[in-house]
Amino acid sequence: MPVMLSPPHAHGGDSIRMTMLTVILALLPATMISVYLFGWLAVLLIVTCMGTALLTEALCLKWMKRPLSTLLDNSAALTGLFLALTLPAAVPWWMAVLASVFAIVLGKQIYGGLGYNIFNPALSARIILLISFPLHMTTWIVPMSAAEPLLNLYDFSTCLNFFLAGPDALKLGFDAISMASPLGYVKTEATLGVPVAEALNAYNYSYLNAFLGFEAGSIGETSALALLIGGIFLLARHTITWHIPFSYIATVLLLAGLFNALNPEQFTPPLFHLFAGGLILCAFFMATDPVSSPVTPLGQIVFGIGCGVLTWSIRSFGGYPEGAMFAVLLMNCAVPLIDHYFRPRVYGYGSGDKS
Amino acid sequence: MPAMLRKFAQRLGMLQHSFAGGVHPEMFKVTAGLPIEVAPIAPVHILPMKQHIGEACSPLVKVGDRVLRGQKIAKSEGYLSVPVHAPTSGRVVRIEEHAIPHPSGMGLPCIFIESDGQDEVDESLEPIANWREINPAILRERVRMCGLAGLGGAVFPTFIKLIQDKRFPIETLVLNGIECEPWLTNDHRMMLENPDDILSGMAIVMHMVDAKSGIIAIEDNKPDAAIAMREALSRASDMENVRVVVLPTRYPQGSEKQLIYSLTGKEVEAGRLPMHIGVVCQNVGTSKALHDAVVLGRTLTERLVTVSGDAVDNPATMSVRLGMPVRTLFAQRGVDDLSGLHLLHGGPMMGERLKNVDVPVIKSTTGLLAMSIPTMQQAHTEEQPCIRCGHCSEACPVHLVPNLLADACRSDQFDKAEKYHLFDCIECGSCSYVCPSNIPLVHYFRYGKGQIAQTRREQIFAEASRKRSETRDARIEAEKAEKAARRSRVRRDHAPVKPVEAVETEVKDATEEKS
Repeated sequence: MPVMLSPPHAHGGDSIRMTMLTVILALLPATMISVYLFGWLAVLLIVTCMGTALLTEALCLKWMKRPLSTLLDNSAALTGLFLALTLPAAVPWWMAVLASVFAIVLGKQIYGGLGYNIFNPALSARIILLISFPLHMTTWIVPMSAAEPLLNLYDFSTCLNFFLAGPDALKLGFDAISMASPLGYVKTEATLGVPVAEALNAYNYSYLNAFLGFEAGSIGETSALALLIGGIFLLARHTITWHIPFSYIATVLLLAGLFNALNPEQFTPPLFHLFAGGLILCAFFMATDPVSSPVTPLGQIVFGIGCGVLTWSIRSFGGYPEGAMFAVLLMNCAVPLIDHYFRPRVYGYGSGDKS
Repeated sequence: MPAMLRKFAQRLGMLQHSFAGGVHPEMFKVTAGLPIEVAPIAPVHILPMKQHIGEACSPLVKVGDRVLRGQKIAKSEGYLSVPVHAPTSGRVVRIEEHAIPHPSGMGLPCIFIESDGQDEVDESLEPIANWREINPAILRERVRMCGLAGLGGAVFPTFIKLIQDKRFPIETLVLNGIECEPWLTNDHRMMLENPDDILSGMAIVMHMVDAKSGIIAIEDNKPDAAIAMREALSRASDMENVRVVVLPTRYPQGSEKQLIYSLTGKEVEAGRLPMHIGVVCQNVGTSKALHDAVVLGRTLTERLVTVSGDAVDNPATMSVRLGMPVRTLFAQRGVDDLSGLHLLHGGPMMGERLKNVDVPVIKSTTGLLAMSIPTMQQAHTEEQPCIRCGHCSEACPVHLVPNLLADACRSDQFDKAEKYHLFDCIECGSCSYVCPSNIPLVHYFRYGKGQIAQTRREQIFAEASRKRSETRDARIEAEKAEKAARRSRVRRDHAPVKPVEAVETEVKDATEEKS
């Protein structure tokens, strides 16, 4: 291989492969918690998603006559893992496969491959699934359920059966093994006119459980603690910067705090927003996806604020109980614009310069 | 907001000023602990007619002439230029085009001097010991005629900076001992071995530009140099207003504008010079050369060159006469076979790879590094797609957005590239250094700059041609008109006395001319 004539003739050693691997490592705590909470179902889901993502990527690369070594950049594996962690445990195998193919083909390769996609691939696939199969995608299996007649999450053959054939094969209705997520419950109650505090009481909501993750939700999003550990690891490794997570979460907390103070009957408290749904997963992992987020620090702050406003608005006023993933996808569209308008002030140009 | 926080922290004394961005490359300063070695004079020295930024020189000598060390052999042409001097005594054997250290391997007219081994010095320049009583303008001319150009690597003619302008009084003289490029140890060794001469040069510059105070800037990876300079300061008289400032190590702190910001918190406005905010910067090596030029009456015939790299077993900081062939210099360090090695002219961050190894050491040769192929391949792995991680924006000391800029350059959107401040890029290479996709960003920026410059040249040329052709058309038109007028005058004068007919002819003539 010819060596470039242009300097610099030194490199810091950073690589795409290492960057992606770092993110996978950062997701390890959340992955482990998901396995702890949802047993073999989580394992099956993660393996299926990652495997399908890698296979699809390989087929795409082959079809586009690109080197298969691109697989080693870990980006497809990461997309698969991301996707799995955002799915509920009740999803059957074919849905997981479909979503993984969607993520790689429609989310990434159709734009030209890594680096060219507008939307976060995992999130777009998840949204496609949510819109196409709303029942499966909003059915939350009771975590840590080991009840034998219903669904023992820690028994491999039961889980495999469930994963392959769906609840019908087990002669189980969804209702028997599922519960509402806090966000969904509060939203439903709100439409019935029940005040927030009462609804939370009725749900038996506990902030500690929500922080640790012992509640209903997508397999990887329930534990704020595990995700925060990963997020801090990413910040420490300088894979992400503080701009997006901080501005995103701060915006949600600020809006939620303000409206909760004004009208506590209708609006949920800020800490509830923080631990519920996919906010922390989105703030630290999804919104910070480098390809689909702005490059400049100021742009990232604007992006984070936008995500925060949208997340809170969708949760508070929208039809869906959870808005974090829609918010990130919507803000993804605005990235080129943000990049253009929020460039940093160049050295030697006064603050008034906009040329 | 980060800028505000930084200012706030500075006010609390929590943080020194520090330029934004930058990187921390591995330093490899293997020659830092080794004393400067004097390179023997080569049999033939090759002196290119341009070794500085600015216009090339023209030879003053002919083939066969005998020259002395320090004798002027080429005179500067134009304002932004400094003369070239013979590095040793000997005979001019050839004047012809030869490759110079340039990435393209391009050539320039060079004077070849065959050494006679006597190293006889031209003593015609008087030492100026009492420079404090001498008019700065005279000293400035001395600096110019001694061929001084910035020895930090930029080789900007030194005398140009050393001017007093009442509108821009100089507050601070900054002596740049940062040397942030990996491998290079010239300034470091110079500060350890010649601190007094450096200070003497500094005092002369302060006298010339009437600077109120002076700062010697050193990075904290050279604590011994800071001690040496502080000791020299305590020995020196009249230098109470000079202090040594030790800055945290970060590349590219040695870049003039970044250093000024680190030291003063002030930015040099785009398109202006440091003197416009009351600062003048000099490299420590230049300061030593300035001392030699003024106090000893010596022209610039040698410089320090770090001969190092991972393929050199016996590296050293060397004092080298200008024009020394690179091949000879490496041979002196025990590297006889240069094939299969990559040679870098300068440091690895901003230095150029030498395509042609038969080039001489010139005034800008800060270092000559011989790198093994694996090392260079590691530095230039295959380009991957940009994942927009933004690390380049963070590393850019000028606050550009390198990935957007590279996109614009790569897709030939030069208007956009200019709007994104392409020409403010200092090509420090920090962006490429941190890029996880190994994108050669600097390469794209150079391409963009080159294309834009080419377009501008073409525009200027087209404009000139258009003017020329318009002038020509106008001239031809005028000549025709004059001819017609003359003819009609002649016809009128010589026509038979039949006024009505004459007028008719005149009209007919005019229509003929038009067609």
